[in-house]
Amino acid sequence: MSKTVNIPIGPVHPALKEPVRFTIEVEGEKVVGADYEVGYVHRGIEWAGMRQNPIKTIHLSERICGICAFCHPLCFVQAIEEIGDVEVPERAEYIRVITAELERIHSHMLWAGVAAHEIGFDSILNLTWNIREKVMDIVEYITGNRVTYGMLQIGGVRRNITEKQYPKIREATQYYRELLDKIEDVFLRDPTIRMRSRDVGILTKKRALELCAVGPTARASGVPKDVRQDFPYIAYPDLDVKAIMPEEPIGDVYDRIFVRIREIGQSADIIEQCLDQMEPGPILAEQNVAKLLADLQNFEGEAVGRAEAPRGEVFHYVRMNKNEAPLSWKARAPTYNNVQTWPDMIVGEELADVPIIVASIDPCVSCTDRVTLIKDGKEEIVTGEQLHKLSVLKTKRVMRR
Amino acid sequence: MPTPAFFELVKQILSKPVTNLFPSKYAPASIKKFLKKGKINPPIKTPDKFRGKLIYEKDKCIGCGMCVRVCPSSAMELVGEPPKRKIKHYVSRCTFCAICTEVCPVKCLHMSDEFLLADFDKHSENLIVG
Ligand code: SF4
Ligand code: SF4
Repeated sequence: MSKTVNIPIGPVHPALKEPVRFTIEVEGEKVVGADYEVGYVHRGIEWAGMRQNPIKTIHLSERICGICAFCHPLCFVQAIEEIGDVEVPERAEYIRVITAELERIHSHMLWAGVAAHEIGFDSILNLTWNIREKVMDIVEYITGNRVTYGMLQIGGVRRNITEKQYPKIREATQYYRELLDKIEDVFLRDPTIRMRSRDVGILTKKRALELCAVGPTARASGVPKDVRQDFPYIAYPDLDVKAIMPEEPIGDVYDRIFVRIREIGQSADIIEQCLDQMEPGPILAEQNVAKLLADLQNFEGEAVGRAEAPRGEVFHYVRMNKNEAPLSWKARAPTYNNVQTWPDMIVGEELADVPIIVASIDPCVSCTDRVTLIKDGKEEIVTGEQLHKLSVLKTKRVMRR
Repeated sequence: MPTPAFFELVKQILSKPVTNLFPSKYAPASIKKFLKKGKINPPIKTPDKFRGKLIYEKDKCIGCGMCVRVCPSSAMELVGEPPKRKIKHYVSRCTFCAICTEVCPVKCLHMSDEFLLADFDKHSENLIVG
C-alpha cells in the first residue's frame, strides 16, 4: 500500500526574490502532485505608479526587479513614447539595446551560478559569479552604478556611450566569447551536471504552448519565441537576432541551461553589432526635463510596451488621459507565465530534483528555508537546507554511479 | 574521475578573491585596529558617472521646487516661504537616480562620489543636506 505525503514549501524566505508556496505530494521519494501559490509579495507598485508623474515612475519600475532593472522601465517608456508619438533618436535606441544585452549576460551568469549551487557545485557558483564581475564592471562603467542603472528617460537615454568607451566594451564581449567554451565545458560537457539535468523536469513543446511559457523556458522546449525576433523593438530590427533553441529540443533542465549559455554569446555578438552600426547623434528627444514634464500632461491614449527580458517577455500597459499621473498601468513579468509550468515539470521526478527544476525557469525560489512535512496529520519541520542537502546527496550518488 | 569542474575547484583554492574588499579606511574603529590602521584595502575608485550623495549649493537655489516634483522617492522637501524658499534633502531616502540634478534650472544640485553612507540614525547630520 502506498501512502502519499504533502510537503508545503514556502511562502516566505529571506533569500527568495519571490515568495512562492509549493505543496508537493510525494510517495516515498517520487513527486506525484505539485501545486503552487503566488501573490505573497504584492507591493502595490502599480498603485503607486498611478498616483505620480511618469518621470518618477521610470525609477519606480526599475525597482520591480533588481535583475531586470532595465527591461521594466524600457517597456514603460516605450508605452509612454507610443502614446505621445515621441521620436526616439537612433543612437539612443542602440544604447538601449547595449544596456539590455549587458543585463542579459549578467542575469544568465547569475542564474548559471544559482543552478550550479542547486545541484551542489558551489565551486562552479563561485566561478560563474567571478566571470560575471566583468559585465557588472562594464555596466557600472556605462551607467554609473552596478544595479539600478537610471539610464532611461522618455524619449531616449540619459547617458551617452562615447567612442572612448568602445574599446573597454569590446574587450568585455571578447572576454565572454573566449570564456564561452570554458563555461560550456563546465556546464554542458560535465558528466555529473549532465546526469542531473538530462531528462529532468521535462516541459513538452505542446504543454509549453498551452501554458504560454516565455523566454528561455519556452525556447528550450522548442518554441521559437523571442520578442526581439518576433516583434522587434528599439534597434532590434537592424540587428541580427534569432531565437536560440537546442538542435533537438527535449525541454529538460539541460536544454534550459544550453539555451541560456548560448544566449550569453548571442548577447556579446549583438553588443558588437551595435558598436559597429551606431552613428553619432543626439541621445534624447527632449533635453529639458521640466518641459518634458509639462508635455506629459497633454498625453492621451493607451499603449503597450514589450521587451524580451532575460527570463522572457515583459509586458506593460499604460493609459494616459491628460493628467499628471497615468490613469492605468499594468506590468506583467515573465515569471508570471513560467510558474505555470512548474507542476508539469515537477510531477514524476524525485524530491531531490525539485530545487533544480524550480530554479530552471530562473525564478530563484528554490532555496526554501522551511518545509513542513505533514505525516498522518502531524507536522514535521524540515529546513530548506535539508532539501538542499538532499539535492547535493543525489549529485554525489550519480557521481558514484 | 576528475571532471572539468574539478580542475576549476583546484584553481579556485589557489586564487585570490575577485570582489573588491570593503575599504578599511571607512570601517568602524574596532575593526580598523584589527586591520592595522587601515593600511590594507584602499578604497576603489568610482567610475566617472557614479551617483553618490547629493551636493547642494544652497546659495544658488531659487526654491522653484522642480526637484521636489520629479524626485521618485520624495527625498526632497521645500522649507521656508517664497523668496527665501530652500530645500532639505534626506539622503537616507534617496535612490540616487540623479533626475533632480538634471531638472534643476540653476544647476545647484550635483552628485558626488561619496557612497559609504550607512548610519545608525537615518536623520543624523551626515544624512540631511540643506
Ligand atoms: S537623486 Fe533621485 S532620489 Fe535622490 S534626491 Fe535626487 S531625485 Fe530624489
Ligand atoms: S530645482 Fe534646483 S533651484 Fe529648484 S528648488 Fe530644487 S535645488 Fe532649488
